[in-house]
Amino acid sequence: MSQDFVLETQGLIKEFKGFTAVDDVNLQVQRGHIHALIGPNGAGKTTCFNLLTKFLTPTHGKILFNGTDITRQSPTDIAKMGMVRSFQISAVFPHLSVLDNVRIALQRKLGTSFHFWKSERSLDVLNDRAMALLEEVDLAKWADTVTVEMPYGRKRALELATTLALEPELMLLDEPTQGMGHEDVERVMALIKKVSVGRTILMVEHNLHVVSSLSDRITVLQRGAVLTEGPYEEVSRNPQVREAYMGSEAA
Amino acid sequence: MTTQVLNSRVNKTMNKTKLSFLILLLVGLVAPFAIYPVFLMKLLCFALFACAFNLMLGYGGLLSFGHAAFLATGGYITGHTIMQWGLTPELGVLAGTLCSAGMGFIFGKLAIRRQGIYFAMITLALSQLVFFLYVQTPFTGGENGLQGIPRGELFGLFSLEGNLPMYYFVLAVFVIGFAVIYRTIHSPFGQILKAIRENEPRAVSLGYDVDKFKLVAFVISAALAGLAGSTKSLVFQLASLTDAHWHMSGEVILMTLLGGVGTIFGPIVGAATVVTLQNYLSQGPLASWVPVILGLIFVICVLLFRSGIVGEIQKFMKKNFN
Ligand SMILES: Nc1ncnc2c1ncn2[C@@H]1O[C@H](COP(=O)(O)OP(=O)(O)OP(=O)(O)O)[C@@H](O)[C@H]1O
Ligand SMILES: [Mg+2]
Repeated sequence: MSQDFVLETQGLIKEFKGFTAVDDVNLQVQRGHIHALIGPNGAGKTTCFNLLTKFLTPTHGKILFNGTDITRQSPTDIAKMGMVRSFQISAVFPHLSVLDNVRIALQRKLGTSFHFWKSERSLDVLNDRAMALLEEVDLAKWADTVTVEMPYGRKRALELATTLALEPELMLLDEPTQGMGHEDVERVMALIKKVSVGRTILMVEHNLHVVSSLSDRITVLQRGAVLTEGPYEEVSRNPQVREAYMGSEAA
Repeated sequence: MTTQVLNSRVNKTMNKTKLSFLILLLVGLVAPFAIYPVFLMKLLCFALFACAFNLMLGYGGLLSFGHAAFLATGGYITGHTIMQWGLTPELGVLAGTLCSAGMGFIFGKLAIRRQGIYFAMITLALSQLVFFLYVQTPFTGGENGLQGIPRGELFGLFSLEGNLPMYYFVLAVFVIGFAVIYRTIHSPFGQILKAIRENEPRAVSLGYDVDKFKLVAFVISAALAGLAGSTKSLVFQLASLTDAHWHMSGEVILMTLLGGVGTIFGPIVGAATVVTLQNYLSQGPLASWVPVILGLIFVICVLLFRSGIVGEIQKFMKKNFN
């Protein structure tokens, strides 16, 4: 069976001064999947994301995006290629308006981002698209708000809208529901489900309810190495996983 | 619908700013009839210098401790090209500005990858290098500086020897420089610059090459600092090592913080305050205490009014009239 992988890593290793945070990880993310990366605190999930998006340089190993080797690309190039990440702590532009946050992402396609002589009104053509994106994450009525004044859950939704603005082929979400109340979690879950149509999502998540209901496939990391991989039912039956990870959180 | 509401609000603040510009411009036009023009020219030059610096710190989020180098380079190049090559004043100023921009590019290339204090240190080190270079090279006149730079004739037509025509030339330069900064801040480029200041990793993850944006901002800032230095050298007909000294880099930081970093009018207010204080104090019995007094004001300002004079006024207005 030939499979279509959007993202693939081969023997990915990251060492920090003698400490191996990511240890020989071979990851394969199938096109169209919601793929979850789970594991206990400090397992190396965020480090993995940093490697994939080149915020960190791997010590060894190869990263393939759509079959092309991207191990030597810059983080900017990777974003331009269609792999866009979010961050574990909400990543917004706090003192810009909610609408401006989304416009920043949309603006790149106009190709005028270095035009310091043009009026910012030339960006108004993006307003409709920006509003549509905010509509999609239920933030339309906040458009005018300075982002820092929004509640945490809304900020995460805004982050998602901003990421979506780039229409990424592959979205990397680092704990999208972390620190959220029950209601917000449900909303973000529905949202992820909705936006996953037509794209691939790789997501780090601690909340097993989210993982079990959203993901097509799960990779479990432990101390930097892959413990096991498979669909939720299979992974959750694995005794090692139960012991290492789930034992503490969802007995 | 919401977009329209938003636009109308944006337009309102835009109009307020535009109105303030107009009032300031009118004040600028009549000021030399009430106040000594040379003092006003000095003020405008430093205001432009501070505005240029503010573009980097307030909008780019980078603290440069080397802007004296650009101010001095502008002055020396303008003085040199006018005295040795016989350029007209506007061409001399242009030459000074371009050279500062070039130097800004080199500084930027070397420093922009560094964050925070390291950026400040590298810019300081580079500007010290430039300082010692200017002490040694003969074209700067060493300790004496370039003296007696002729103001010449604008476009070879209008004499700038008188203080009043010179003043209007300086005012025009300031308005142009300020307009460039204002437009830069309110441009597609400015939006990204603000995004980088707000959250750099996020800007990277959205596909923006942040180093390039910072570099462009740095070059614009250096060019305008050079423009200020060039113009100043015409006003005082002098280009000297004082401008290249690191004191000058510190002074522009003081002006900007005092007035309000990241506000459009803050650096102007800050520069006006510092220049006025220097002028008054240096004539009285406290002359030798000027640096101490400025330092004291600086400390008080940093401790009590974090957002500077203009910043505090804005906060006050927002609290009471919104
Ligand atoms: N820049 C760094 N330098 C040194 N060690 C690091 C660095 N970044 C991460 N680490 C270490 O690597 C290990 C993995 O960290 P990472 O943040 O990837 O874990 P994680 O799986 O995302 O955990 P969490 O669930 O808490 O977010 C940790 O032990 C961490 O201390
Ligand atoms: Mg993490």
